[in-house]
Amino acid sequence: MRIIVNGETREVGSQLLSEVLSECGYQQTHFATALNGVFVHKHQRQSTRVMPGDRIEVVTPNAGG
Amino acid sequence: MTMLELYGQSFESRILLGTARYPSPGKLAEAVQASNTEIVTVSLRREAGGSYAGEKFWNLIKSLDVTILPNTAGCYSAREAVTTAQMARELFQTDWIKLEVIGDSESLHPDTAGLVEAARILSAEEFKVFPYTTEDLVVAEKLLHAGCEVLMPWGAPIGTARGLNNEYGLRALRSRFETTRVIVDAGIGLPSHAARAMELGSDAVLLNTAVARAEHPVRMARAFAEGIRAGRNAYLSGPMQPSDMPQTSTSLIDKPDLRQ
Repeated sequence: MRIIVNGETREVGSQLLSEVLSECGYQQTHFATALNGVFVHKHQRQSTRVMPGDRIEVVTPNAGG
Repeated sequence: MTMLELYGQSFESRILLGTARYPSPGKLAEAVQASNTEIVTVSLRREAGGSYAGEKFWNLIKSLDVTILPNTAGCYSAREAVTTAQMARELFQTDWIKLEVIGDSESLHPDTAGLVEAARILSAEEFKVFPYTTEDLVVAEKLLHAGCEVLMPWGAPIGTARGLNNEYGLRALRSRFETTRVIVDAGIGLPSHAARAMELGSDAVLLNTAVARAEHPVRMARAFAEGIRAGRNAYLSGPMQPSDMPQTSTSLIDKPDLRQ
């Protein structure tokens, strides 16, 4: 199915958020996620289903003022 | 010197320092040390799969042994800011959040209605909210009712280095909310601006670009630390009031009569 990860369209085979993230190369542990603008806790990723057209945001620590 | 109390935590330093726009990670670390800050602000941003940039930055910040204050910079709605705060709490393992809800992309003015709404939601979720706001007294009152224990009025719009645009407003805020922690945030360009904010009775100053973009960031960080300390001491010393009438400092009593 086609989804959007950090603003880029991706074609993925997985359906669970945790698997989609692995498929997209997120092997590191220190990131946070949102699905369609709603925060998804790291413990909920394995039970969160991703649907075609969904928007996933993956963020990590960054400099800020 | 009295300690700075923020949501039950005590700090000796009264400078909060941003971590963005330094010439190098090394300069950031040196500037943090030179400023004597105990609190730094950070953000969260998108990262591509397979990149470890965020992890490297996080390891640097952890090595500085300071308290982390994540921000919601760049959020234009309460909903967006709330989601960002929730992600920040998981990522940085802190319930502290510097809440920014911007209302205008050109002037970067805070959207104070959205700010109050987000503050209410986040306080109910037990976040410790540091709201970036204006000096508006009514908004400040609403933020306190929403659950904030700290107010962060701007000195001037973000990144302008104009100093304190509205001293009267900041004085009024200090006077109206005597026991609330007030941290002047944004628009600070020089140590004298920060010192002035402290002379007005602010509890602390938050800045970033004035240090990061200085030609010598480490020296500037030290200058800000000194300015903020001087301003705080001046406030605690009870400054004399200005007068329109000149007055000699040297007594005229027992002045010798030298007329010829």
